[in-house]
Amino acid sequence: MPDTSVVLLHAAGLHARPAVTLTKLAKTFGARIHIAANPDGPWVDAKSIVKVMQMKTPAQTTLHLRAEGADAHAALTALVTLVNADFTGGPE
Amino acid sequence: MNAPLPSTEPTATRSKLLVGQAAAPGLVLGKLVALPAPTPPPLGSTRAAPADAGGNEPLAVHAILVGAIDAAVAQIEALAARTRDEQARGILQFQIEFLGDQTLLEPALVRLREGASAVAAWCAAIDAQIADFETAADDYFRHRAADLHDMRARVLAILAGEVTDALALPANAILIADDLPPSRFLATDWQAGQGVALRGGSATAHVALLARGRGVPMVVGIGAAEIGIGSEAILDGDRGTLEIVPDARQIAALAQRQGAARAESERDTAAALGAARTANGEAVQVLLNVSSLEELDRTGPEICDGVGLVRSELLFAHGPPDEETQLRFYRRILDWAQARPVIIRTLDAGGDKPIAGVTIDGETNPFLGVRGVRLSLAGPDVFKVQLRALLRAATHGNLRLMVPMVTATHEMIAVRELLAQAAAELRNRAVAYALPPLGIMVEVPAAALALDMFDVDFASIGSNDLLQYTMAAGRDNERVAPLADADHPAFARLLKQVVRAAAQRGMSLSLCGDLAAQSKHTPLLLACGLRALSMPAAAVGRVKRAIAAWSLTHDEQPHDHGRPA
Repeated sequence: MPDTSVVLLHAAGLHARPAVTLTKLAKTFGARIHIAANPDGPWVDAKSIVKVMQMKTPAQTTLHLRAEGADAHAALTALVTLVNADFTGGPE
Repeated sequence: MNAPLPSTEPTATRSKLLVGQAAAPGLVLGKLVALPAPTPPPLGSTRAAPADAGGNEPLAVHAILVGAIDAAVAQIEALAARTRDEQARGILQFQIEFLGDQTLLEPALVRLREGASAVAAWCAAIDAQIADFETAADDYFRHRAADLHDMRARVLAILAGEVTDALALPANAILIADDLPPSRFLATDWQAGQGVALRGGSATAHVALLARGRGVPMVVGIGAAEIGIGSEAILDGDRGTLEIVPDARQIAALAQRQGAARAESERDTAAALGAARTANGEAVQVLLNVSSLEELDRTGPEICDGVGLVRSELLFAHGPPDEETQLRFYRRILDWAQARPVIIRTLDAGGDKPIAGVTIDGETNPFLGVRGVRLSLAGPDVFKVQLRALLRAATHGNLRLMVPMVTATHEMIAVRELLAQAAAELRNRAVAYALPPLGIMVEVPAAALALDMFDVDFASIGSNDLLQYTMAAGRDNERVAPLADADHPAFARLLKQVVRAAAQRGMSLSLCGDLAAQSKHTPLLLACGLRALSMPAAAVGRVKRAIAAWSLTHDEQPHDHGRPA
């Protein structure tokens, strides 16, 4: 299962609007994608805004992502790009 | 009786017989009641949600809650479309995503199974989220609780605002309406002795299916004639008539028929446990159609030779379920069947069965569009989850895998390829699986006419679709419903051809549409050569009796003769 991590630089953390952008992008992939603020978990479904918001991730957190499925690599690349671009350029 | 006076409206003209279509069997003697208009939905609501009436089944309450949430999402989407403020749109977008997330409802599902109302279940779900945010250390997340309060109130307003959607009908009421939305039917606590007469509608409409399931006598298509509300009437759900202001003779005849119907239903109950054999001793398989696990709680497997159709759509009512959820569902049915064969149909969405996030919206003709296997092949990720779950379940019982809406052989080649991939994925995960017999549903005339081209183990005729595609008469349109006539010789010829092709190819064959449940059509199906019929549990006794009354000597191919046009 490919996994990766990326530092969250968004000024306020993984707030409502970034979370919307992130889950919407995640949902465009068939792969199962999980996200965590800690490599030991808890891992939550990156396609669920309810779960992602429950993480209450502050800024400067290292986000860990992992994915399984046919398009897992593409999903991780896109999500990391989104976080690095400070949540601009995701699907509207 | 007094002589009628020409100056007043005589009884003779107030009495009338309205003829429509039988939609749900049963007889009612009662007073005509008009359908009260529903309370207008709250501001901006774009669709009606049914009321949160008590006494409904968890599934119905679930549908009410999901309907209210959908209505809330529609309201917020409408707001967002009108909003220029980027910040406000972001907040609304967040609410739309949040309400659309099925994990939000997880705590509600538990409460629904315990019998909670939609309001109680919704509060359980959203209050857990609110509490979580209100106790957050971070100011930002603490303030998001306000958004959640907003969503909470909106859904509650929708649930409460349409509470009068539930019909409070007096005992022995015959409801008269142009049409009855399924949600209002579900929201109503129907009692024995009540019935429904619709001016429009069709016998195959969703509300008619609900009425048959709930045992509420229903007649549809009685037309626009003036009807004296408050008059006494006889609703005849067997013959499809409404007799307004019946005379004493008609009322006496009704009592006699009701007595006979009771005796009949007792004979059906007794016959359900017996063997299904024709009068000349030929065995006929009687199988069950299953759409929910609740149905299995109401009957034992002794009344049937297996399950001829498991509709997996219900599992997908709120988006695609994961592999484990599906596996549990399939295993439960296999356990119930106790080694009897169980035909599980892969997701049959589209047509009149849209599923959010799975089916394609906006097709001009969804019945001729991307539905059934066409949809599964268009979204193989969802399909493969189901195939993996079925391959795993196949190790637990006598599972058979059936693919709906198959038209051409290349579709089954693609399905086999995906099955092989699913099996390889399970092998890589070191999970046990078995390859079940593979079959197709015969509902597209092309598949019926060229069944011999298919390399499959079994086939099952989906008579509803096969009939409507053969006759080019939609089941959702009462004006052409009489054309969708199973007695048309074209249909019998098609059935016989399918029976022949299946025998030549060594496929086992059954029929699992509505026709199998209608005892008046049992002779037709047997005469065409079918020897396995799949139907809802409620129809088993009646159909077994019809089978016992039939013998091969009756088969003089009456249905293959041309009829005067």
